[in-house]
Amino acid sequence: MKQLMTGNEAVARGAWEAGVRYASAYPGTPSTEILENIAQYREIYSEWAPNEKVATESAIGASFAGGRALVAMKHVGLNVAADPLFTGAYIGVNGGLVIVSADDPGLHSSQDEQDNRYYARAAKVGMLEPSDSQEAKDFVGIALELSEQFDMPILLRMTTRVCHSKSIVDLSKERTEKPLVPYAKQDKFNPIPAISKRLHTKVEQNLKRLEEYSESSPLNYVEWGEKKIGIISSGVAYEYAKEVYGENASYLKLGFTFPLPMRKIREFAARVDQLIVVEELEPIMENEIKAAGIPCIGKEKIPCEGELNPDILRQSLLGEEHETIRYDASVVAARPPVLCAGCPHRGFFYELQKMKNVITVSDIGCYGLAPKDIAICMGGGFSVAHGAQKIFNSESDGTRKRCVGIMGDSTFFHSGMTSMLEAVYNRSDILMVVLDNRITAMTGHQQNPGTGLTLAEEPTHMTNIAEVAQALGVKHIRTVNPLKPDEVRDALKWGMGFDEPALLITRWPCALKKMTQTDVEEFGSLRFVNRVDPEKCIGCRACIQTGCPAIEYHADSKKVTIDQIQCTGCDLCAQVCPKHAIFREEKQNV
Amino acid sequence: MSEVKNILLCGVGGQGTILASKILSTALVAAGYDVKMSEIHGMSQRGGSVVTQVRYGDKVYSPIIGKGSADILVSFEAMEALRYLNGLKKDGVAVVNDYRLPTATTLSGQETYPADCIERLKTLVNTKVLDAAKIATELGNPKSMNIVLLGALIQLMKLEALDWDKAIADNIKPRFAAINRKALDAGIAAVAE
Ligand SMILES: Cc1ncc(C[n+]2csc(CCOP(=O)(O)OP(=O)(O)O)c2C)c(N)n1
Ligand code: SF4
Ligand code: SF4
Repeated sequence: MKQLMTGNEAVARGAWEAGVRYASAYPGTPSTEILENIAQYREIYSEWAPNEKVATESAIGASFAGGRALVAMKHVGLNVAADPLFTGAYIGVNGGLVIVSADDPGLHSSQDEQDNRYYARAAKVGMLEPSDSQEAKDFVGIALELSEQFDMPILLRMTTRVCHSKSIVDLSKERTEKPLVPYAKQDKFNPIPAISKRLHTKVEQNLKRLEEYSESSPLNYVEWGEKKIGIISSGVAYEYAKEVYGENASYLKLGFTFPLPMRKIREFAARVDQLIVVEELEPIMENEIKAAGIPCIGKEKIPCEGELNPDILRQSLLGEEHETIRYDASVVAARPPVLCAGCPHRGFFYELQKMKNVITVSDIGCYGLAPKDIAICMGGGFSVAHGAQKIFNSESDGTRKRCVGIMGDSTFFHSGMTSMLEAVYNRSDILMVVLDNRITAMTGHQQNPGTGLTLAEEPTHMTNIAEVAQALGVKHIRTVNPLKPDEVRDALKWGMGFDEPALLITRWPCALKKMTQTDVEEFGSLRFVNRVDPEKCIGCRACIQTGCPAIEYHADSKKVTIDQIQCTGCDLCAQVCPKHAIFREEKQNV
Repeated sequence: MSEVKNILLCGVGGQGTILASKILSTALVAAGYDVKMSEIHGMSQRGGSVVTQVRYGDKVYSPIIGKGSADILVSFEAMEALRYLNGLKKDGVAVVNDYRLPTATTLSGQETYPADCIERLKTLVNTKVLDAAKIATELGNPKSMNIVLLGALIQLMKLEALDWDKAIADNIKPRFAAINRKALDAGIAAVAE
């Protein structure tokens, strides 16, 4: 049977076919759907981990115990998981282990554009790069075989276009159950310096063997066409090159990309007039090929920033451009993503924005769409605020800047708990805020340790943020409903009044959250909608200041209206209306 | 060898562009075409502008196209057609839904929504204007606006003969199948010459 699948669905299917027993991940675009799809296969035990490091460690544990394992993350997630990756590369595996890194060229939804092909080189593990969904599926099984054969974790590097594009996949293969590799106590599982020295030698030897595999691997093959131009490419960039050159070039298509098959490359280069390396982001293959003394064209023509596409290749390599319709595009208004109508974060930021001399140190999550001064990486909210506050406190310009560190519930559990401990341990005086919307919203609403449900939506312990903070040593903790601006205003004033770290938790479910029974018990069933009384509305636009996309001001009538489809009846606008012109009612027939 | 056809669907997060392109590609695969479809998730749920690309033919390489390459542009929202117009071939067709959604910047008054966007479009390219919301509402299901637009696309790409009933059944809950088939036919009729 043939089916259209995204690369992420295909990876899940590949894991199922290859007999994977254990899979873990922390969500992150563009990788999230890998685990969401794996969860649909009952034969694979799958989980959301609190972060990528523990996900990787758990998968390593499963591998050591003899089961095939997979762990998936977005590119920046591998930074978090780098520690177990590097020593894991020394130790090797028992059951096969594949680590999926989903990079995001073009920054569709990421804070940087790093190229994780470097990680294969730095950690000295093999890397595979699928170009489409069929390969994404097949490469999982091959990666697991290689992992077992060469005693190392294998990196499967995807990119946004491979993860999120659909192409046809052949589903005729069924699952092959892999018997567990028996566990036996081994030196290699205990990387003390004396053992790790030997392990390092093993790594170097295995890499040499892997290089030989790369030379003979069917994943690295030549397609002959015109020999004036020879193209070396991998991943989705290969598809772009085919699109542009078709039969007018020859290709060395690389599916196994570290270590590179340098003999094969040299032979290919010798048979074409001009060698072009087509790769997205960094000149990694190009530099290695040049270092081997093989001349080639690459990044002097093809940009190293942003996502490639056939147009960019056509333009940079051939100087050709498609004709387009000429028109004045400046009349098109920007359509940036915004916090949803009814988003609980909105009420908090509405009040925070009004405070003077506040430096908003935010984090990565939906709340990143709200105004902020600083953000860096997941979990950085409190620690960055702490460091900044120490310096601001030494300033004597009389302004007394106050840092407010902000993060979401999922981010708190990911790496925010150590960030909080930093502030407590080092006697900070920042205000910490956890915007607890009861879900990991940004990446599409995944469960996390605070929601009380697992990936399979089975009940589990619901970790309480206030209790964690208390245990870490935070003495001043308050929880408010962020959609009550009065409460928020009060709490902010309260939180700024200490010379010790204080914690404000805003607790209200994300407007798009699928409400659980527990949520309904705590928050009610939330079936409301708000309306404007045109008689009372004076067109002052106070409600527009909330930034809710459901509220529209009409210049002709000088009144506002509320879009009844978008509005969730959160009631925030009603509370800021000076004329009480906005009222809330029960939603009909839902 | 049949030439590869390129379709661009654009709109605003939540308008159902992805479902429409799913139905489209399901039918194309069933008809034996090689198909690639590309969509970007991420921020789309939060009211940002979204674009989906569908390519089909004997053999498709790249899942995405560049500028000036789409045979047809279907815009689920009026202004979005202008945003993605440079993706269309000079002699391509633009199908535009006469349906306007304000943006965060027009709501706050930072920018104004171009009231004449459809008129502008008409002067630039072969344009078919549809009031898909009205058509869908008259059929009794405003939410099937996306399927009305899909119908128009099907007609203009001469794909009526494909098995749309099956494609709908594969992607939509049974109790909404009939109403969506009606919406599809209404979309086909709306642009039929
Ligand atoms: C290291 C790392 N892993 C994953 C991500 C992807 N990511 C961005 S925001 C986010 C979740 C944020 O959830 P939460 O903090 O609860 O905020 P919400 O979006 O619910 O408001 C994730 C997983 C990332 N940016 N960095
Ligand atoms: S109640 Fe007001 S602020 Fe809340 S979603 Fe509705 S319009 Fe927006
Ligand atoms: S998904 Fe939830 S948390 Fe994110 S912006 Fe929308 S309502 Fe807010």
